[in-house]
Amino acid sequence: MASLGSTRRTFAPWADPTAKPYIRFENVTKRFGDFTAVDDLSLTIYEREFFALLGASGCGKTTLLRMLGGFEQPTSGRIFLDGQDMKGIPPYRRPVNMMFQSYALFPHMTVETNVAFGLKQDGMPKPQIAERVARMLKLVKLEPFAKRKPHQLSGGQRQRVALARSLAKRPKVLLLDEPLGALDKKLREETQFELMDLQCELGLTFVVVTHDQEEAMTMADRIAIMDKGKVLQVATPAEVYEAPSCRFVADFVGSINTFEGSVTKAGSAARIRDRSGAEFSVADAGAAVAGDTVWLAVRPEKLRISRERPADAENALDGEIWDIAYLGDMTVYNVKLDDGRVVKASTINSIRRLEDALTWHDRAWVSFSADAGVVLTR
Amino acid sequence: MARLFSMIGSRLVIAVPYLWLLVFFLVPFFIVFKISLSQTAIAMPPYLPVFGLEEGVSGFVRNLRDLSFENYLWLFEDALYVNAYLSSLVIAAVSTLLTLLVGYPIAYGMARAPAALRPLLLMLVILPFWTSFLIRVYAWIGILKPEGLLNQFLAFLGIIDQPLVILNTTSAVYIGIVYSYLPFMVLPLYAALEKMDYSLIEAAQDLGCPPLTAFWKITFPLSLPGVVAGCMLVFIPAVGEFVIPDLLGGSRTLMIGKTLWDEFFFNRDWPVSSAVAVVLLLILVVPIAYFQRAQARAREEES
Amino acid sequence: MAGTWGRFNVVALALGFAFLYLPIVLLVIYSFNESRLVTVWAGFSTKWYVAMLNNRGLMDAAWVTARVAFLSATVATVLGTMAAVALTRYTRFRGRLLFSGIVFAPLVMPEVITGLSLLLLFVAINFDRGFATVTIAHITFSMCFVAVVVQSRLITFDRSLEEAALDLGATPVKAFFQVTLPVILPAVIAGWMLAFTLSLDDLVIASFTSGPGATTLPMKIYSQVRLGVTPEINAVSTVLIAIVTVGVVVASLANKRQDVLRQREAAE
Repeated sequence: MASLGSTRRTFAPWADPTAKPYIRFENVTKRFGDFTAVDDLSLTIYEREFFALLGASGCGKTTLLRMLGGFEQPTSGRIFLDGQDMKGIPPYRRPVNMMFQSYALFPHMTVETNVAFGLKQDGMPKPQIAERVARMLKLVKLEPFAKRKPHQLSGGQRQRVALARSLAKRPKVLLLDEPLGALDKKLREETQFELMDLQCELGLTFVVVTHDQEEAMTMADRIAIMDKGKVLQVATPAEVYEAPSCRFVADFVGSINTFEGSVTKAGSAARIRDRSGAEFSVADAGAAVAGDTVWLAVRPEKLRISRERPADAENALDGEIWDIAYLGDMTVYNVKLDDGRVVKASTINSIRRLEDALTWHDRAWVSFSADAGVVLTR
Repeated sequence: MARLFSMIGSRLVIAVPYLWLLVFFLVPFFIVFKISLSQTAIAMPPYLPVFGLEEGVSGFVRNLRDLSFENYLWLFEDALYVNAYLSSLVIAAVSTLLTLLVGYPIAYGMARAPAALRPLLLMLVILPFWTSFLIRVYAWIGILKPEGLLNQFLAFLGIIDQPLVILNTTSAVYIGIVYSYLPFMVLPLYAALEKMDYSLIEAAQDLGCPPLTAFWKITFPLSLPGVVAGCMLVFIPAVGEFVIPDLLGGSRTLMIGKTLWDEFFFNRDWPVSSAVAVVLLLILVVPIAYFQRAQARAREEES
Repeated sequence: MAGTWGRFNVVALALGFAFLYLPIVLLVIYSFNESRLVTVWAGFSTKWYVAMLNNRGLMDAAWVTARVAFLSATVATVLGTMAAVALTRYTRFRGRLLFSGIVFAPLVMPEVITGLSLLLLFVAINFDRGFATVTIAHITFSMCFVAVVVQSRLITFDRSLEEAALDLGATPVKAFFQVTLPVILPAVIAGWMLAFTLSLDDLVIASFTSGPGATTLPMKIYSQVRLGVTPEINAVSTVLIAIVTVGVVVASLANKRQDVLRQREAAE
């Protein structure tokens, strides 16, 4: 499956068996006392990739990032960057830079000296530093604020200073820990696109940690979804959404309806019988064989809702409308089936609301086609 | 190389202050203990040698045989010392209670003051703490003596016709301790009261609790960590206090810090004063350990 | 707010502050008394300040104290800051429990014990008592106060600032001096001031550890007070109070400015 976005369509080194990974985690485990933050994890990231680590707090994504930055040492396993083993290399000797969640701007320095800090550590000559700083400030559109202190800036401006500071040394890899977490929603959306443009323009590898699935979907070439120190799936945003590897991923990214049942006919044009006895037609049951317990997962927008059972429906269930959330661009219906289960169906409001629209306690049918859902085995 | 350097650096950060405190704080205690087992001599230093290694192993064993707990026995035989310890504990306890009674309303008033005013009030409480302890105690001499300002004032008001004798009594020591240690009591109390959510009181009153009951049932229990911290900060140093009983208490007030001082400077009996110090330390170990545990617990709860 | 800050609170505060400040105010007033008797007002005069300045012994003691206080506060600030860093940064090293114990114990240790034990140490190692021994003694107890002040600042210090410095290529030593130290500087300065005033103030420990030629101002004041109250001592006290008050007020104003900046930072 191709990733979204026109400029990136051809960028898919992970699909190319001859491509050399740029960052490689090999069986990395990190324990803090009794707590295992990262559990025997292996992962590859390619050059120029925009890679997102997505998961709930405590899933180990930040620990993974901090190990790459050199702030934590793996308990076991190895990390390679551009072919070099990173073991024992302290943060100040690594060709990666980090943008911290708190931005970590030095409060006693101006914007300019903050950005110049890393260059000074490298002993770069003064005129060159000045030139580079000016270029970085121009890049993030902060030239008028060069002489200000961090506390005299707005949240969005501070985020840009942090970005400029971490980019100033031209690192091979930029690590971003919840880069947009402290911004409000509107600013966050704008900044997402700016980050993407910047990454494209500079040709850098970005590894971003986030708990916000929309953010990951928008920006990343590939997403790794993590839970309890393990990676559950690494794939493009479209794959993660349309072909989740397991129920956790399906549930974590977007909302989904899952029907537990057993396979009565395997292979293509398969059939699954669910708990209540209803039988579903499924275009492809994947590797599941007859008798297996599986979960049929269908996204709410792939369900149709109507008063009558559509004549052409391959799968249909009926129930009572229990809840309606009108969101403007779309409406989400919670339909309560007769056995008590609740199914979520959403419709795009492409026309203005009609007078005879479905309403609370109406009887309704939800239907979906055989290829609308995905069969999950775990 | 830089890594090696930073490793050495981190060792130094621990080692330098650690060594300093070991040499100048911990080791001296052992010397005090050692000398407390010795006997007075007319010499410089004025005590007989005890288990040192200067004389080799045989000398060490010989000295070990000469060890004497005589000084400790002496402390219990002479009623002076027992009385001094007891009287120190009583005076410290009473003044701690008095300081709490004086300090609580101040801390409470500060915590309920308008937020803009609080930093100023806080500074006003801390400021005397920065000025010399000795001077603050000295200031009370002029106030408390028979022809002093307090007696002049009271006579002027016609309340007394004979001057009150306060200076050189235990009352003067109480006043001195309460006055000198008040900031130590007010600050932890204020810290505890200030972070208390006032809506708790409103909730209690909303549920039918009159203000005074609300204070006893809600405010006071919640301020207990501050009460404990404040009382410990006053009680522990007050037990060993020297300047206040010496300047305000006169010769009749018995406190162990003063006894130790006199034993050392006037009787030049170093072994006995060491024994006095060791016993005082043993008495204080209990409240100090309790205080440190309470502090550690408070820190944990905060984080 | 007026309802919650009732009359009781105002009265409590007024009485409390009167109790705290009246003795000091009276002491200052009577330093300007014409009469030799501290308790009888006989008109305004500055003659006790002149007498103070002409008192050779007093001035020598003041000079000794100033040097001891400056030197001991400076060394104590370095050592105390190191101890605070050790306690907040290195949560696991052998003997940490003992270390934190001996950092905090001097805060509540009766001065007579600290003084006596240090004296016995100096005698045991045959170290001549004088300027050096007083200074060492003052460093020892005041570094613990510095450690507490700096530690409370370090606890709230954002570690990611240091990590950012490392990330940008600064070695840990450089990161400390270029980022951590400038940020915690107000606490370090407050620690120095505390150490300075503690040294300025100390009578008991100095009396034990001092020797000939190293009489400190509190020792001098104490010996004069024991002979009787004189307006000259009031004058000395007033000067000391004035120095400390100005110092504390200036420092807290500077600190307040810092706080305002930090709050503004936090608010955004």
